[in-house]
Amino acid sequence: MQTPNELLYAASHEWILFADDGSAKVGLTDFAQHALGDIVFVNLPEVGTRVAVGESVGDVESVKAVSDIYSPLAGVIVAVNEALMDAPESLNGDPYGAWLFEVGEIEGKAELLSAVAYDAFCEEAK
Amino acid sequence: MGNYLPSTDAQQREMLAALGLSEKEELFSSVPRALRAGALDMPNGKPEFEVLREMERLAAQNTVFPSVFRGAGAYRHYIPAIVKSVTSKESFVTAYTPYQAELSQGVLQSIFEYQTMICELTGLAAANASVYDGATAAAEAAALCRERGRTKTLLSAGAHPDVIAVVQTYCYASGHALELIPLRDGATDLDALAGMIDGTVSAVYMQQPNYFGLIEDCARAAQVAHAGGAKFIMGVNPIAAAILKSPGECGADIAVGEGQPLGMPLSFGGPYLGFMASTTALMRKLPGRIVGQTVDADGRCAFTLTLQAREQHIRREKAASNICSNQALCAMTAAVYLAAMGPQGLKEVAEQCMAKAHYLAERLDAIGFHRVHCGAFFHEFLTTCPGNVAVILKALEARGILGGLEIEGNILWCATEMNSKEEIDRLVEVLG
Amino acid sequence: MKLLFEKSVQGRKLGLLPVCDLPKVELDDCYVRNQAPRLPELSESDLSRHYSELERRTHGVNNGFYPLGSCTMKYNPAVNEQVARLAGFADIHPLQSADTVPGALEALRLAETMLAEVSGMDAVTLQPAAGAHGEFTGLLLIKKHHESRGDTGRNVILVPDSAHGTNPATAAMCGMRVAHIPSGADGCVDIGKLRAAVGADTAGIMLTNPNTLGIFEKDIAEILEIIHAAGALAYCDGANLNAIMGIARPGDMGFDCIHMNLHKTFSTPHGGGGPGVGAVACKAFLGEFLQDTRVKAFHGNFLVVIRALAYMLTLGADGLRAASETAVLNANYFKKLLAERYTVPHGENCLHEFVISMEKEAAQGVTALDIAKLLIDRGIHPPTIYFPLIVREALMVEPTETESRETLDEAARVFIEIYDAAMADPVLGKVAPQNAAIRRPDEVAAARSPVVRYTW
Repeated sequence: MQTPNELLYAASHEWILFADDGSAKVGLTDFAQHALGDIVFVNLPEVGTRVAVGESVGDVESVKAVSDIYSPLAGVIVAVNEALMDAPESLNGDPYGAWLFEVGEIEGKAELLSAVAYDAFCEEAK
Repeated sequence: MGNYLPSTDAQQREMLAALGLSEKEELFSSVPRALRAGALDMPNGKPEFEVLREMERLAAQNTVFPSVFRGAGAYRHYIPAIVKSVTSKESFVTAYTPYQAELSQGVLQSIFEYQTMICELTGLAAANASVYDGATAAAEAAALCRERGRTKTLLSAGAHPDVIAVVQTYCYASGHALELIPLRDGATDLDALAGMIDGTVSAVYMQQPNYFGLIEDCARAAQVAHAGGAKFIMGVNPIAAAILKSPGECGADIAVGEGQPLGMPLSFGGPYLGFMASTTALMRKLPGRIVGQTVDADGRCAFTLTLQAREQHIRREKAASNICSNQALCAMTAAVYLAAMGPQGLKEVAEQCMAKAHYLAERLDAIGFHRVHCGAFFHEFLTTCPGNVAVILKALEARGILGGLEIEGNILWCATEMNSKEEIDRLVEVLG
Repeated sequence: MKLLFEKSVQGRKLGLLPVCDLPKVELDDCYVRNQAPRLPELSESDLSRHYSELERRTHGVNNGFYPLGSCTMKYNPAVNEQVARLAGFADIHPLQSADTVPGALEALRLAETMLAEVSGMDAVTLQPAAGAHGEFTGLLLIKKHHESRGDTGRNVILVPDSAHGTNPATAAMCGMRVAHIPSGADGCVDIGKLRAAVGADTAGIMLTNPNTLGIFEKDIAEILEIIHAAGALAYCDGANLNAIMGIARPGDMGFDCIHMNLHKTFSTPHGGGGPGVGAVACKAFLGEFLQDTRVKAFHGNFLVVIRALAYMLTLGADGLRAASETAVLNANYFKKLLAERYTVPHGENCLHEFVISMEKEAAQGVTALDIAKLLIDRGIHPPTIYFPLIVREALMVEPTETESRETLDEAARVFIEIYDAAMADPVLGKVAPQNAAIRRPDEVAAARSPVVRYTW
């Protein structure tokens, strides 16, 4: 399982990559995509939606399961990765390239994990 | 008593003994005594011979009219012999929903072919495997159009009364608003519609042809709906769809309809078939079963239920609909009917319906049954009645003719390819 | 095999209709369709052979054992099909005046009376077309009851975690929130957890009894007392009525309304997914709401009701009870045979069905799905798999009363053979089926890039 050091992580299995302008891209971790199996579709939030930490903003579908996607940050959805609509398999093949959505106007400070802490968290979850 | 229990009494005793029991009663030891039922208050069972006689007695009390001029949502059309022959094949009749694709390729392929035909008929990109009937299809379509901030449905008052009632029930259940678009001269008032559209409207529903048989301007209605940011749902008669501008050509987002005219007998109202098609954009919001084409482990073409993550068994309370069945055998009926008719045959049925209905209207007009509305119509139309409607309809019934349906002192007439010129002339003669 | 569209030959057709004896009516161009529907052009023999081939690729109850749990795949009697074809039923218009259809109305009344008696209720509607449609109708009765009393704060429906997915989905369609009630170790509703969940906002409970493990809820009277004491109502999901006809009645247990699947319990054929009927019965005090709740056009699926009526007349009071007794006997007998290998976690008190867990075997590489696919190669339709959700690696088995002892003995032998073979070599399960019309379909590809229609 890969857990790149340059990213931050949420206990709900999203990775977070902060940009210089303070916005952040969010995706699903390698651990999450393994657990979900072959992802066949993703329901993404609408751009412009205000979201809270831990709020369900969409879901990912495998053939026989649906799992919610939670926002690890409070703010506004400023972009979504439309390319996933045609290629949901990239969430499996390239979990750290296939971002889900971007949060801007971030408020407050969420409790996020380092790569080491997230790995330990996953180990415990097993 | 009649029964379908193959095990003999002796076998059943042996099976009980294998379980260490002596009486069947002991199988129910977990059912509290206080809740045990006494003998059911109904007759004991009868042999097949007697049941058949009893059912034949009930059937014989109903009048089957050789000549029918009533439609109003249930239409008598010619049903090719091959339709019944195919759809009474036992495996199709007795199979369950095709969860196990490897054992269900026949049903799955037939549904895939049906979906394709519904797409062709409606001019839209995707179709589901069907829902209960045209009325529930309309209600489900209204539900799938709702999104955040837009939840109100506008429904033409020209829709079938049962469609209106069922959509009202579904909207009441989920707590969403519904308003009726008024009619002008029997057709949906599109100016009124334009005034009713606002940012809260999710969908506009119109029926083509409408309850009074009138051909609506659905292309303009779609423009009005879309200009207001709402989806446009078209309820279509599938026979009329052979010649009228298709939902796709009108710009509809969703097409639904009552599939009964496609090879299903009148059957006192059911079972019928709700068909449902949508644009690609809305495909993943469709309720119910959808069959998809894929390949098997050897790379051969295969069919399977797909997009199941939309459905209740996976999404549970987050599912958009609770539906978990489809009218598969009715869908197959429609598919065999459409395949037997072919493109030319279906067009011929539609043209004959129109020709006969227009001749009927003309003849009726000459004897004082004047059309109430002036718009173009397909195979139904509303007329005044120069006498007492009930008396006139009874007089027809006495001569083996089921006349039109009374609507507030007027009569809604219908003619299909089943009504010959001779039959129409005879109707007019009796009325005159 | 080829699709109808691939067999189409331009210009081929059947000779069905006489030439029109009246002049064609021209429509205004603005109404006319531009692109004709591309329907197939075939001969009658093309159609006959096409569908005969499709039938060979379909497994029905007539083809063999079909122990699909929760679906009650009993034999569909031939006489019921015959009565449904009688012209006096099949060729009457739904809007004929009542005096021209007295037999049809009497048939409906008879069916209603018998269903009310079997369920222990007072009033019945035959409109709903399926179980889920019946659930929707039943919850509407509950919603209207509370509203009629000005009791508007009730918006929560309690649903056990063993419930069918339709229960929570139905509650959501009725604008209700779902509260899940965990099952206890015995597979029944945990009374303590139920008490904790019930409150002033509870509109009702949806309960299947016997439940989806095939177990009669032993505390049903107490459960329904708790519900009623809180001012809420109780809905019975009648999916498992086949276990208790003439044995115990949901109305007597204290349920306020119920749906009955005529296509399960009353032997009308499933038709590959429908049509069915989810008749709803209720106590007298809900009857007024039944009258003004329209969920379907006309009178519901009339010909399905006709088949069920013929079945009820055939079996009668004694036969319905015998059907339930035999269904329970068959399930317990089959369970005992399978228990030589398979684990049935809540098997002690099962009625008409039981649930196997393959959890232990899955750890060794043999899953419920593998067993299902291996059964296909042996001509047996697999049990329901991965349901109920509270049993891991579930295989839900419902033999029904219309299977003979020989069928059960033979099927048990097959179940055990494939178990032993798969445990010896787990790969066997992964590559099955080998002998069916297709091998395992690629469901991931089907869902990622859906192809839901033929394209030219």
